[in-house]
Amino acid sequence: MTGPIIRLEGVTKVYRRGSVDVPVLQRLDLEVARGEFLALMGPSGSGKSTILNLVSGIDTPTDGRVIVAGIDLGDLDASALAEFRSRHIGFIFQSYNLIPVLTAYQNVELPLLLTDLTRKERREHVLAAMAVVALTDRLDHYPRQLSGGQEQRVAIARAIVTDPTLFVADEPTGDLDAQSATEVLHLLQRLHTEFGKSIVMVTHDPHAAERADRILHLEKGVLVESVERKRP
Amino acid sequence: MTRFLPFILRNALRSKRRTILTVLSIVVSMFLFCTMRTVLTSFDQSLEMADAARLVTRNRTSLTVFLPLAYKGRLAQIPGVSAVSFGTWFGGIYIDERHFFSQFAVDPDGYLEMYSEYLLTPQEKEAFRRERTACIVGEKLAAKYGFKIGDRIPLKGTIFPGNWDLTVRGIARARTANLDTNFLLFSWEYINQRLGNFGQVGWYVVKLADPNRAGDLSRTIDATFANSAAETKTETEKAFQLGFITMLGNIRAVIYAVGTAIVIAIMLVSMNTMMMAARERTREVAILKAVGFTDRTILVLVLTESLLISLTGGILGTVLARVVYDVSGFTGGGFFPTFVVTGGTMGQATGIAVVMGLLSGAIPAWNASRLKVVDALRHVG
Repeated sequence: MTGPIIRLEGVTKVYRRGSVDVPVLQRLDLEVARGEFLALMGPSGSGKSTILNLVSGIDTPTDGRVIVAGIDLGDLDASALAEFRSRHIGFIFQSYNLIPVLTAYQNVELPLLLTDLTRKERREHVLAAMAVVALTDRLDHYPRQLSGGQEQRVAIARAIVTDPTLFVADEPTGDLDAQSATEVLHLLQRLHTEFGKSIVMVTHDPHAAERADRILHLEKGVLVESVERKRP
Repeated sequence: MTRFLPFILRNALRSKRRTILTVLSIVVSMFLFCTMRTVLTSFDQSLEMADAARLVTRNRTSLTVFLPLAYKGRLAQIPGVSAVSFGTWFGGIYIDERHFFSQFAVDPDGYLEMYSEYLLTPQEKEAFRRERTACIVGEKLAAKYGFKIGDRIPLKGTIFPGNWDLTVRGIARARTANLDTNFLLFSWEYINQRLGNFGQVGWYVVKLADPNRAGDLSRTIDATFANSAAETKTETEKAFQLGFITMLGNIRAVIYAVGTAIVIAIMLVSMNTMMMAARERTREVAILKAVGFTDRTILVLVLTESLLISLTGGILGTVLARVVYDVSGFTGGGFFPTFVVTGGTMGQATGIAVVMGLLSGAIPAWNASRLKVVDALRHVG
């Protein structure tokens, strides 16, 4: 499939806080190429996370169109959006968001429960994903038995296990120490360079943003700067 | 759906203490439900045992007022009556009042033939007829107190004062398992002679040649004794036993009311537990939705968890009731002929547990399925 992985056309998002309308995005146009690693930066409330929510289909725009992998998300109902997320989106959250009662293996297996894969096939997929994040020795560990960096790597394994089209990462290193953050960023970069995955990452950290092909700066819901980065 | 079961189980056991307490509360409620339901089925069973071909004639004034022995001959002469026998409630005390069981002073010449559903050897019947102080005990009563042929059973009279020494001459076995054998029969002649030609009986049992004429013959019998010093009330054995039960008041309605209240109370407890559990997992539900779980899948997951908890409690409570009453041989101090938690009662209890599980899980499941991912991801806790 050709064409951009993400296309936002005149997207406006307004949140209602009580009786007050709070505009977050204003007639935003944006294209992200397939295989591109995009970093979104900007102050709190600038609309970075809202863009992630819109492209991943967990929120809807007040106006405009959101097209991801050639699918106009405005055409999908709740059930179809869930199906879209399971097939196309890999989420990586700041606070890992692993299910505490499940082991690392079970957490990674979770999205595969929605597929037709057999138990054996699911196991193969989980082991492959855990191998990518170098945690095959932690399969039976619960989240509380893992370090923050390990938890985030498990979360990345959960995101990649279904081989999604697009990764959305919301401050993936925000809760990590420097070394763990470096490991996680290295992983994201591998997904991008080795596996050709498209990534949209929200970050406040300029060092993290440096890993991206392009950095967009937002302020008050408007793109104010776009910086292309040359790969060595 | 089976692929989600390990996940559902993990969630159900997330707070082990809370889940165990909830299951226990359902166990207790289902145990009580089975107990109360079995009270009703035991009553019904005693009614089912009643023979349609037998009428019971008692004093019109009250069951506690006697009828003259002379009525026996007159009853036997009524066309359509094939046999007549009689009995009297004795109500004696064995050891003390806690060891209650039914004791009847009965017609030694016809009572055993009238109740052919109880099996006795010809030698036992003959000994009962011949010996004034002979008694027959039902096999359950014999098993309970270890009574054997030749044992003496001393009773202290309440309606008929004094000490009454009886000797076991027969052990009555039931032809079918649901028959009551918690009773003692002895010869009415013992009372008659000891009280100096007492000449009165508690009630008559009338065997009909044609069971279809029960209504017709009841009216004939009562008309025969109308305007006498002891007017009669004749009814089928079933109606007679029903009257005995209704002497306890509207126990059926009370049992239903209490049973319903218990089930509703436990359902509210269960619902509260499920709502708490769902509320604690708001963020996790959002994660599940984010990775592609549909609203319907979330709904089914929460409902199944609720169902699992409720069904576990329901099955445990039901099986516990069955085992406890089977092993203990409970009869409510001899009040119930048999006290067996039937398959029907177990099925009803399980059905209630299923409904309880679905109802208590419905609101949290609906709320979880309607959760907006963006809002829920901001949820702390």
